[in-house]
Amino acid sequence: MRHILSVTVSNQPAVLARISGLFSRRNFNILSLNVGETDKPEFSRMTIVVEGNDDTIEQVKKQLYKLIDVIKITDLNQTNMVERDMALIKVNCNKNQRSQVIQVVDVFRGKIVDFSIETVTVEVTGDENKITAFIEILKDFGIKEIVRTGIIALDRELSVS
Amino acid sequence: MPIYSGAKILVESLLRENVDVVFGYPGGKVIPLYDALFDAPIRHVLVRHEQGAAHAADGYARSTGKVGVCIATSGPGATNLVTGLATAYMDSIPIVAFTGQAPTSLLGTDSFQEVDIRGITIPITKHNYMVTNVKDLARVIKEAFYIAKSGRPGPVLIDLPVDVLKSNADFIYPEKIDLPGYQPTYEGNYLQIKLAAEEINNSLKPVIFAGGGVINSDASEELTTLAKKAKIPVTTSLMGLGSFPENDELSLGMLGMHGTKYANYAISEADLIIGIGVRFDDRVTGKIETFAPNAKIIHIDIDPAEINKNVKVNVPIVGNAKNVLKKLIPLVKQIERNEWLETIRDWKKKYPLYYEKDTSNIKPQYLIEKIKELTNENTIIVTEVGQHQMWAAQYFKYTKPRTFITSGGLGTMGFGLPASVGVQIGNPDKLVVTISGDGSFQMNLQELATIKNNNLPIKIIILNNGTLGMVRQWQELFFNERYSSTILTNPDFVKLAEAYGIVSMRVKDPKDLDISLKKIFEYSGPVLLDVIIPQDENVFPMVPEGGSLKKMLDLKTLIKQVEY
Repeated sequence: MRHILSVTVSNQPAVLARISGLFSRRNFNILSLNVGETDKPEFSRMTIVVEGNDDTIEQVKKQLYKLIDVIKITDLNQTNMVERDMALIKVNCNKNQRSQVIQVVDVFRGKIVDFSIETVTVEVTGDENKITAFIEILKDFGIKEIVRTGIIALDRELSVS
Repeated sequence: MPIYSGAKILVESLLRENVDVVFGYPGGKVIPLYDALFDAPIRHVLVRHEQGAAHAADGYARSTGKVGVCIATSGPGATNLVTGLATAYMDSIPIVAFTGQAPTSLLGTDSFQEVDIRGITIPITKHNYMVTNVKDLARVIKEAFYIAKSGRPGPVLIDLPVDVLKSNADFIYPEKIDLPGYQPTYEGNYLQIKLAAEEINNSLKPVIFAGGGVINSDASEELTTLAKKAKIPVTTSLMGLGSFPENDELSLGMLGMHGTKYANYAISEADLIIGIGVRFDDRVTGKIETFAPNAKIIHIDIDPAEINKNVKVNVPIVGNAKNVLKKLIPLVKQIERNEWLETIRDWKKKYPLYYEKDTSNIKPQYLIEKIKELTNENTIIVTEVGQHQMWAAQYFKYTKPRTFITSGGLGTMGFGLPASVGVQIGNPDKLVVTISGDGSFQMNLQELATIKNNNLPIKIIILNNGTLGMVRQWQELFFNERYSSTILTNPDFVKLAEAYGIVSMRVKDPKDLDISLKKIFEYSGPVLLDVIIPQDENVFPMVPEGGSLKKMLDLKTLIKQVEY
């Protein structure tokens, strides 16, 4: 099963190496990993998507907690979080296809961020499913290149429905 | 507030941590540090290889309970520490290692003797640092010592660019530590401890399984009190030897691959296992599905990650073994458990540790028993890794903690000789005996020079069978006696020792053994005894790798089903 771990770590050199090294050394399967500074510059937040059964996830969390630089781990369950993935997609788009591509982009609330004679580059954010669906549809036009950020996620405040 | 160089700050910080001895090897990038050490009130023990420095610091730490310190220069000096750090990491031994590094201006340029030792040692240290600003140095050292010895102990490495050692800063040794992500749990949860007591009180066939954590937390006394009060037999891991007196009737000796039959039977038959400071390593459990099939498991450990890692635990207690046992003891009832203890007595009688007596050869098992007979309970046995290590584990019968020093988790050949340097320096008044195989002795024999130079009265005993004995044993039993690369052509160890200025002799005839041993124990300085033992002697009993503890190979029947 897929788990999204939100991990607060000290913003220090080599922390990423420690974390990613732990995953490979302990044979944990990492699906995506994202790092960025938090509102406090001394801390970073990593969003780590891991796959494994309950025992594996328990070990992942415990082993992560052993690292001196790890401050806090939150296991975000699927129903109680806000999850975002972002993709930049460069898609073939000649003059005749333009209106069609723009329509699709509009439906998915994407944004065209670059335009050339033969291609457009689209930015889209959303949960993983939405982006996967968007990519599927764009495949008809011919995708030249894709980059995805992987998931970032936060706990949803309980007061907000 | 004094202004000191980084090197001087380091030395002053070591003094604040009550360090009086360091093990090391100088090199270009640590010359400023060695310069500062030159007139510091800290003893520097010059080893002959950096690996020896790490093992010596490790042996010092294991035998004294203090933090061991070692120093190496950058590049090859630093990488030579790696095996020693990994050894300490696997056995949870507190070490602080300092390495020199290229100046910060050249970092990342592949400059002379530059290596990313922080990156290299991430998986084999509890934590590590690179100090790029001299102002951080004192804080980092304070943190490193704290991290090394607190919680589950382990090695910490500090990498020091040479310009940091040379530049100056105010020296303020911090009073407090601020590590928000590091809060070890020392006190076990009381409700869980009560639950554990209930399980113990309701159990008919409990077994305590004690490990290195008991020794690390100085909990041997509490362990003994618990076992005796509730009449619970005690088996130990290799790392736990000495945590419970093996001359006590409740002692089952060691468990696992080369454990006693009665320990393995007891675990297999038990209805409750009380694991204390152990990690249920595969060398102990054998095939995990068949480990203690009828037992509930209580697991006391300071490291939460050990709980449920290898075996499913019914009552987890995270905490320091000593603290937890102190709270547990008043809650357990005095129960006689006559039936269970009777069964165990029967097993002990029926399946003792056994070897065939021989008058034409020196039996290694006999040799170990003889060493025990001729020494006292304060003697510290240090071993290398291999058959001799297992015989030393099986036949010596340890009665006190920190008297058996061995590389357990990593199984590091070459550990024993340099470790014994640290052990003897940490315990100048105790008899230190290094039991070695001819293979592992040759992995760090250059430390004979360190022993001689410091006139450390270590008794080095080589069990010389001319082979890599344990591998040869596996080849005999599991690879159709195809002895691929395990038969050694050795140097003359007596001449070798003499070349280092160490008194030495050889013994081959069993008739001469007693007198030779007496001679070396009476001799006041370092001495090496080369003991020729039969090549085909094997360590029994043996649970084949991945096998069940109930099925052990032994001398008489080779494969024997459990008979209790």
